[in-house]
Order: sequence, then structure tokens, then C-alpha cells
Amino acid sequence: MLVALTVATAVAALLLAAWCGWAAYRDQPTKDWHFIGMAVVTALTLVQLVVGIVLLARGEKPEQGTTIFVSYLLGSFACVPVAGFMSLAERTRWGSVTVAAGGVVLAVLQVRLYDIWGG
Amino acid sequence: MTTTDGAPHGTDDTPRQNDAPRERDDAPREKKRTRLIGGPGMLLVWLYGVMVVGAVSRSAVQISTEFEHAPLAYSLSAVAGLVYGFITYSLVRGGEFARKAARVCCAVELAGVLVVGTWTLVEPSAFPDKTVWSDYGIGYLFIPVILPITAMYWLRKSARQKDAA
Repeated sequence: MLVALTVATAVAALLLAAWCGWAAYRDQPTKDWHFIGMAVVTALTLVQLVVGIVLLARGEKPEQGTTIFVSYLLGSFACVPVAGFMSLAERTRWGSVTVAAGGVVLAVLQVRLYDIWGG
Repeated sequence: MTTTDGAPHGTDDTPRQNDAPRERDDAPREKKRTRLIGGPGMLLVWLYGVMVVGAVSRSAVQISTEFEHAPLAYSLSAVAGLVYGFITYSLVRGGEFARKAARVCCAVELAGVLVVGTWTLVEPSAFPDKTVWSDYGIGYLFIPVILPITAMYWLRKSARQKDAA
């Protein structure tokens, strides 16, 4: 369950990064559709956070420790919204680049989450 | 250039006499602070913010749970986190002093990455666990090396724009 969600989130994050990267390439700021995309990715990370906590509550243990696992879950959840707000403050192509970078960072966090959970 | 002995430039000096009363008025000076987070600066703030969270939380966890395992590595991560935090704060705050301070810190950061990166390669036994700067930041997609170079370039550029204005 968690692993499938991690893979899905990583793919969605990379798609978001590519989409916003394309906007930046065309010299455009982030638009409403991009924010809907960010909302979808954020929703995935929220589901992941809930599922992760439920798994912990059931007594399952992440391979590399509960503290690290929870902090990565929280980091994943905060990642894209923060980048989104920064792109609201920067209404140029660089706002789009920031969200694209946020997508890449989230994908990296997902890879780490996979390792921390233990496959 | 506008030195005191330049008699022909006497007229140039007159605006400077007004500086003192103007300094008292704080509000216009706030507005004049060089904005450092416009355009590419926003991306820099984001990446530095990520590095702050990464380095600080990592070292906080490691120092509080297993400091004895690799004291040097964990302390270096904490220092890296502090440096990143200061640079992020300077970029967000803006202004000439912050710009200079951020440049110094970027130089420190670059030196840190190069020294620690080389150190981890030459003498891995000193580092039983990784730091943020191990192997030139390979665990962080080499962002620790790329970031200070980009940031110093950006801070120079924003200085030039300010001079031109």
C-alpha cells in the first residue's frame, strides 16, 4: 500500500516538475491549472501521511526508524505547497522553475521514503 | 572618487550633506533595500530552504540519538545547516549588508563542501557516517556544490544591477 503510494507520488511529482518546467521554458508563470496539479500532488502526499501514520499505529516499524520516517512524511507533505506559495510571490517564469524544483525535491524525498520504509 | 580634496567636485559634495537628515527617516531606506529574491533569487531561496530543513533536521536527529557514532560528521552537518540558514535569511531580508554577508557565507559554504568533500574521499575512516557535504554533496544531487557558485553569481549580478540603477 505505502510502496504503491510512494511510487505514484514520485511519478506525479516528476510530471508536475516537467509541466512547470515546460511553463518556465515558455516564459510563463504558474497558472490555475498548475495549482490544481500541485493540489493533486499534495493530496497524494496527504494520503501518504495518513497511511503512514495508520501503519505505524498498527505496530509496523520502518526499517530506518520512526522519527526519520515521520519527518520525511511531513517534509513530503509540505514540499509542494511551500513551492506553490513562493510561485505566487514570484509571478514570472522563475516561479514556475521553483515549483519544478519542488517536484524534483519531492521525487527525491519519495525515493528516500522508500528506503526508510524498507522496500 | 568623491574625496575631500577634489575642489572642482565641490558641487558633487552638496548632496552628501543631506545624508544625515535622510538617515533619520527610516521608511524610505527600507524600500531602498536591494531586493534579492526577485526572479532567479526565488529559486535560490527555495533550494537553500530545502537544504536548511535537510541539514538541520538531519543533524538534530543524529546528534540527539547517536552522537557518539560519528561526532565529527554530525557536527559538520549542523554547521552546514547554520550556514544555509543564515544565507536563506540574508536572501529574504535583502539589502546591501545582507548581500555582502550572504556572499561571504556562500564562499564559506563552497570552501566547506570542497574541504569536507576531499576529506571524506582521502580519509573515509574519520567519517563513519555521512555528512551533508560528504563526497561533494553526492547524496544531495551535488546541490551543495552547485548552489554556492550559482548564488555568488546571482549576488554579483544583483550588485551590478544596483550600480547601474
